[in-house]
Amino acid sequence: MTEIPEYLLKKAAEARAKREAAAGAGAPSSASGGTATSVAEPEEDLAETDEQAEEALAQLTEALGDMLLASHIEPGRGLWIRVDAARWVDAVTAVRDALDAFFFDWLSAIDWMPSPYGREHDTEQDETEAKDPEPMEWGYTGGETRFQLLCRLHSITRHMGVLIKADLADADPRCATLVNVFPGANWHEREAMEMFGIAFDGHPDVRNIYLPGEFEGHPLRKDYPLLARRMKPWPGIVDVELMPGEDT
Amino acid sequence: MTLTEREQLAYISGQAADARVNLEVETEDGMVLNMGPQHPATHGTLRLVAKLDGEQVIKAEPIMGYMHRGYEKLAEVRTYPQVTTLINRIDWLGSFANEVPFILAAEQLMEVEAPPRAQWIRTILFELSRIANISLYLGDMAVQIGATTPVFFAFRDREHVLNQIERVTGGRFHPNFDRIGGLKDDLPKGWIEETKGAIKKLRTFCDEMDDLVAGNEIFQARTRGIGVIPADIAMSYGLSGANLRGSGVDWDLRRDQPCGLVYDKVDWKVWTHPDGDSYSRFWVRLQETREACNIVEQLLDNVPAGPVMAKVPRIIKVPAGEAYVATENPLGEMGYYIVSKGELYPFRVKIRSASFSNMSIAPWVLKGVFVPDIIAILGSLYFILGDIDR
Repeated sequence: MTEIPEYLLKKAAEARAKREAAAGAGAPSSASGGTATSVAEPEEDLAETDEQAEEALAQLTEALGDMLLASHIEPGRGLWIRVDAARWVDAVTAVRDALDAFFFDWLSAIDWMPSPYGREHDTEQDETEAKDPEPMEWGYTGGETRFQLLCRLHSITRHMGVLIKADLADADPRCATLVNVFPGANWHEREAMEMFGIAFDGHPDVRNIYLPGEFEGHPLRKDYPLLARRMKPWPGIVDVELMPGEDT
Repeated sequence: MTLTEREQLAYISGQAADARVNLEVETEDGMVLNMGPQHPATHGTLRLVAKLDGEQVIKAEPIMGYMHRGYEKLAEVRTYPQVTTLINRIDWLGSFANEVPFILAAEQLMEVEAPPRAQWIRTILFELSRIANISLYLGDMAVQIGATTPVFFAFRDREHVLNQIERVTGGRFHPNFDRIGGLKDDLPKGWIEETKGAIKKLRTFCDEMDDLVAGNEIFQARTRGIGVIPADIAMSYGLSGANLRGSGVDWDLRRDQPCGLVYDKVDWKVWTHPDGDSYSRFWVRLQETREACNIVEQLLDNVPAGPVMAKVPRIIKVPAGEAYVATENPLGEMGYYIVSKGELYPFRVKIRSASFSNMSIAPWVLKGVFVPDIIAILGSLYFILGDIDR
């Protein structure tokens, strides 16, 4: 990225100084008791964020003990950990307390099995016969089973988030509910329940959230066919014509 | 017996229609009040079933899914550039803001950075989407309380912003303008001056709303102390955006997790309000619209020269990896969790939309309120159905 011109930085600094002086003098325009905080100085650089993640991971290792199965740090991009699904609630609670991560961001799941239906970029329609799926490859922190839970918590005091994964059994994916730790998990778990067929033990409201009550199947599983792709040809096939003078 | 695909499809859609009609709500005692799915206060098709004891709500349950389009599934069979067409339709009032976190997440995986000019224009359009989105809310909140005039002002003045967005992107509601590595096109000639004019009008609009709505005694009587959400409850439900700041939590992703947008180059403020009631959420959004005007004005003066597109391959393959990028959208935190396996298609896209989490607190906050307050609270939480149902 190119540097920002000197005069712009100067201008911004002047504006900031002026505004700060003004803010000291006058109250907010609306008489309702709200407050405003000035925006802090520019973001920390890559190395700093990395250190932050390392530090957080060290704390998590201590707090989680043998519940922590694997971890992964992408410099400047975040922290991933994988925990023991049998002690899912304890693990998430421990992460929350260790990192002061009281902001419940989201919860979802992933099906790591590659789709058994075509889905190549050069075919117009999906295969109707399922093939044997290719072997599974897991993402960051690895994995052992087809379904993984994903949950992201955020720490407002530390300005960082952590993504927690847990392996669920292939045949009967189930797990304890987080509703007693984060009440906001309720709807997220209902969504994961209908989309992936994951059972959440102790969930207070076991109903579909989007799909009709008697809907069969779990749409976000990879072996659930996308019927639209079978009914008619897909017009969006990537077909790039070469520009004059281009080789590849 | 085997069914053909066409029969299967017909069966599934039949099931969907039946389930909606036959859905039963328990009624042991008390009266059941049904709102929607077609109701002016629902910004789409949300159904709210409230069990009442006299005028008081014992239990309220939002029922969604009328607009569920399955974007997470559809994204798995589309190439990265094709996904932006879908995600434009999540929060349809501030569409450009929907594209940005997805593009940023893909750029993060590809290790591409947009040129400064593109980042600048992205931020300007992002804030213009915010103004377009929230200015409508400011009028809409008033119409839900029972004042009809402000909503016409809102529609009138939002037009100025939409016109500016249309002049750059060609689309009023669905720009589809952001590309991996930059933007589709540069700014048209004379756009910067015109936008400054539009922002002036929007400032006047904000002052009008301050007098007309926020300063209105009836409005304050209907919203102050109504639907109070304490900060810790808000956080455990994942509330974000103005709903969280309206509960006094000083947190804004634009400042606290800057990612590919140039908010650190301008001078602006994050507004919070300690009360946590419907009024404070309205007030924070009003201040935010003003602040967005500030940000846009400062950015317009300093747009750097240069290209708007970095060098990216013609056919975009995103390297294997996982990335989560969230930005502070008009409705709150919107993020995309992309899992890539190095192919043309994303392997999985999880869409974290703000309204879904913001709305999930509704059963909690509506418990015990009176019937007329339901609308005041739902209105102040501000959701877009497309953003809940995805």
